[in-house]
Amino acid sequence: MVDMSVDLGGLAMRTPVATASGTFGYGREYEGLVDYSALGAVTAKGVRMSPWPGNPAPRHVEVPGGMINAIGLQGPGAEHFVKWTLPRVRALGVPVIANVWGGSAEEYAQAAAILDAAEGVAAIEMNVSCPNVKEGGHTFGSSPQTLAATVRAVRPAVRKPLIVKLAPNVPDFAPYLKALEDEGADAVSMINTMPAMAIDIEKRRPVLGNRTGGLSGRCIHPVAVKAVYDAHRASRLPILAMGGVYGPEDAIELMLAGATAVAVGTATFTDPRTAERVAAGIAAYCGRHGFAAAREITGALQEQDPC
Amino acid sequence: MKCDELCTVASATAIGGGYSMLLLDAPAISKEVAPGQFVHVRVPALAESDLRRPFSVFDARGGRIEILFKSVGRGSELLAKVRPGDRMRVAGPLGRGFPDPAPGADALLVAGGYGVAPLHFLSARLKEKGFAGRIVLFAGGRTAADLLQLDRFAALGVECRTATDDGSAGAKGLVTVPLDAALEECRRSGRPFELFACGPGGMLKAVADRAMALGAPGWISMDRHMACGVGACFACTVKTRDPKGGVANARCCVNGPVFKAAELVWD
Repeated sequence: MVDMSVDLGGLAMRTPVATASGTFGYGREYEGLVDYSALGAVTAKGVRMSPWPGNPAPRHVEVPGGMINAIGLQGPGAEHFVKWTLPRVRALGVPVIANVWGGSAEEYAQAAAILDAAEGVAAIEMNVSCPNVKEGGHTFGSSPQTLAATVRAVRPAVRKPLIVKLAPNVPDFAPYLKALEDEGADAVSMINTMPAMAIDIEKRRPVLGNRTGGLSGRCIHPVAVKAVYDAHRASRLPILAMGGVYGPEDAIELMLAGATAVAVGTATFTDPRTAERVAAGIAAYCGRHGFAAAREITGALQEQDPC
Repeated sequence: MKCDELCTVASATAIGGGYSMLLLDAPAISKEVAPGQFVHVRVPALAESDLRRPFSVFDARGGRIEILFKSVGRGSELLAKVRPGDRMRVAGPLGRGFPDPAPGADALLVAGGYGVAPLHFLSARLKEKGFAGRIVLFAGGRTAADLLQLDRFAALGVECRTATDDGSAGAKGLVTVPLDAALEECRRSGRPFELFACGPGGMLKAVADRAMALGAPGWISMDRHMACGVGACFACTVKTRDPKGGVANARCCVNGPVFKAAELVWD
């Protein structure tokens, strides 16, 4: 029997497979389609202090190997989430990672404090890397200095494990990870979507209402593997990895590159049971390769020195 | 409760004009699905990273569901090529469907092209329940080839009035030509009625406008590209009035696809 449990910076997960923010609603939407007992955690859709309307339609477009979305973080606000949504999600018996964003560092901290105090929230994920909102989102993760200042504001408000979600499109992760370590983040999640765009050539217009969006799905998987590989070598922070996880092979690749746990995102739309398949496949892989515990896969990449 | 059922194709029939009828063995969904709800189909030949495709249900009986669709893009073109015995994952039933019309009211159904699908299912269920009012279908299309499955409506005892852009069948012009004549009859006779619509956006707005103007209940089935189909991703939004008088972004997949005419805000 393989020990599938992992510890993601203080978040105890019974399997190393979570769902990714924005792809799994607030947790309950997949009832009837998913076996929640196989999930290590569900990550709720991002909330800020106040309700937020999101972006104009169209909000998504299918592209080869994935999709581009510009939802724009539509949501009901942190208090509504805690009061009305969370109690029903708790009944599913799976740890909930609450995802938070804001228009200022102070607002991040206020919303994070509300979520941190809520029964049923197991950890907080800070979204500082959404490409689809002008104010907030990626602004706060766009330089190591602003990232540090934002995490510095939030950290005292959060007693639970604090995970910070980074964008893939930076030249070097090291200074960002250093900022997270210095400011006391417990884990890093990566990667958010890649900034992307699609154009309707007949209408000569951008396809998305927001004009640009974020690319996700199968096509970004190799980008995620490289990002996790670099981050694992640059930092000791545990990594929650996401980006094109469609099957156990994708998850194992990310874990070998250094991830402690993985999250399934866009793949859930096509096959809601992807996360369950991934967890089962990780267990089988451990059996085949003599790992007694899934956590032993993390960083178990065997490298030869390049000549 | 919705489920993700592995369905076998019982029959797949091209019915001309780029339209197809698909009959799927779907015992669980067939038992639960209500008129106006939809299913989210994983089209077998699409890539693993391609999204599912949503389809209204045309009919559900005997453990099977029927889907009427037009090949309009990559997904529906590939779905038109499935053969009996092929299997595919189908999630459903999803979304909020049509309510029954109030007792004593007539049901006026307005369809454009393959928009007849959920209205056929509604007609079939109303007849099964012994609905006492009149059911009239107003079907529109570009040509006679876009007036679909009228024999199936006729077999249910539904009166069909038609219009085509080119005049090749029924009245020449939009479906609002026969619809407006009937609404005038209703106005004169004072008979209560409810409007049920599925079809292109312009037609839906025309029906919603009439429902609002006449103070009649209007039930509008909206069509959007979807990603998750279950309310998780917020991609398929439809503009609606919020209770405070502003505009909200409702999710077509869970708040709809059927909306009250009075709720909708049109661009």
